[in-house]
Amino acid sequence: MLPDEMRELRAISDRLRAVFEGAGYGEVWTPTVEYEEVLERGDQRAAGAGLRLFDGSGRVLVLRFDMTIPIARLVGARYRDAAVPIRLSYFAHSYRAVSRGQVQAREFLQAGIELIGAPGPEGEAEVVALVIEALGQAGLEEHRVGIGDGDLYRSLLADCGVPEEDRMPLLETLARRDLVGLGAQLRDLGIDGADLELLTSLPTMRGPAEILDRVDPRAGRAIENLRALDALLNERGVGDRVLFDLGLVRELGYYSGAVFEVYDPAVGYAIGGGGRYDKLLGRFGRDLPACGIALDLQRIHAAGAAEERLDRESSK
Amino acid sequence: MSPNEGLTIAVPRGALMGETLDLLEGLGLNVSEVRSNQRKLLFAELGIVTMRPSDVPTYVEHGAADIGITGKDVLLEDGEREVYELLDLGFGRCRMIVAERDGEDTIAESLRRLGTFTVATKYPRIALDHFTATGRPVGIVEVKGSVELAPLTGLADGIVDLTASGRTLVENRLVEREEIVVCTARLIANPVAHKLKAAAIDSLLARIGELISR
Repeated sequence: MLPDEMRELRAISDRLRAVFEGAGYGEVWTPTVEYEEVLERGDQRAAGAGLRLFDGSGRVLVLRFDMTIPIARLVGARYRDAAVPIRLSYFAHSYRAVSRGQVQAREFLQAGIELIGAPGPEGEAEVVALVIEALGQAGLEEHRVGIGDGDLYRSLLADCGVPEEDRMPLLETLARRDLVGLGAQLRDLGIDGADLELLTSLPTMRGPAEILDRVDPRAGRAIENLRALDALLNERGVGDRVLFDLGLVRELGYYSGAVFEVYDPAVGYAIGGGGRYDKLLGRFGRDLPACGIALDLQRIHAAGAAEERLDRESSK
Repeated sequence: MSPNEGLTIAVPRGALMGETLDLLEGLGLNVSEVRSNQRKLLFAELGIVTMRPSDVPTYVEHGAADIGITGKDVLLEDGEREVYELLDLGFGRCRMIVAERDGEDTIAESLRRLGTFTVATKYPRIALDHFTATGRPVGIVEVKGSVELAPLTGLADGIVDLTASGRTLVENRLVEREEIVVCTARLIANPVAHKLKAAAIDSLLARIGELISR
């Protein structure tokens, strides 16, 4: 990374940091490498980038996949008795495996916040509203946050009587965004009628809060939570910045409840994501509800540049 | 709203182009210039960009096109593209098959005597996945042009390739041994466009659904 890019990236991270600090989210730092067993306690697939190191006694060290698990470990160790909620932010690199041809770097710079000890939906509302404000300060104008429920599809599969061993392949197809394949797999399992209609239409239900009115009552609890969140986001004045997306799935397994994805229409990929992870902290010794969002700084940078270019083109 | 709902559509050149344009015509787009002008690639006023089918997932994944049409074979071979596969359009039907020289079973013989065999293909990923899933250790020889030549010249024991009519196989005295998968044209969408242009995409999808169910 050379000076022009560094200068612009620093300007973005400085503005994000000012908003996060201003809202009481103090910045933390953790080591780049973690013991594999620690990350796996958080999520089975959490060892990032497929790169492994060994220390002198043969224990396996891995590059972190995200900052949420290291922060969960940090809270369990260093905030054992601290009053809640605990508000933390970070600006740090994480690592992932990269396959051929993907527009991704192995090392990526994340900016994020974690709100620990605040239950939903108030916790989600605070985190989503703060990220929307911070991105505005960082220069984006068109950014949006998609909100879904990470448990919803899984629990509906159970409700519709899909045997446990058949659920994972369906969730994987959904995660691949293959809606044609999802329909075929459901039909092969003998799902039909109202169940088939529910399970094939749910992943396509996305848009403003009105879509929540059209959802099958079997999704009741999740929909009530999302409605309550919508009301809080409207109070915070960011209701027009969010869309609800019942097909949203995040790849990490520790999410329980609301999940988020951050978009900018000027670029074709998500620029951030996150969600609620109420069961993660307990695995590190402090059983607290929590939620957070991580933003990809280089993607925010690219989105800002793309917004500028679109503005220039449309003003010609 | 315009017939394309304001969306940019990636249209595949080659075998799928004719029926793709028929479909877009059915939606009310005037595609006569796309049909007649083979050299022009971008038709901004129609929201159409044309490209080879294997490039469609790339343009759609990056958001250079909101939606696109390409074959299931391309999607399977490309693997991890972050695009939504929204609709099976039904046309462009062809089959991915394993074939070898007529009158001989060189694949089985190589496997029996040598413990492995080779296939030539333009679809190394689909071929490897198929033989791995069926428990046969395979050597993949990747070629760019006519794969039918490979078993005839001894380059490989067999081929994995797409066939529609089977005529090319017969012409080259090859015989089909296994069907791997049936492929048709699919409608795909960029994941961010799918969220932020939901109304436009759903409306287009409904109109296409009506057309293809007729």
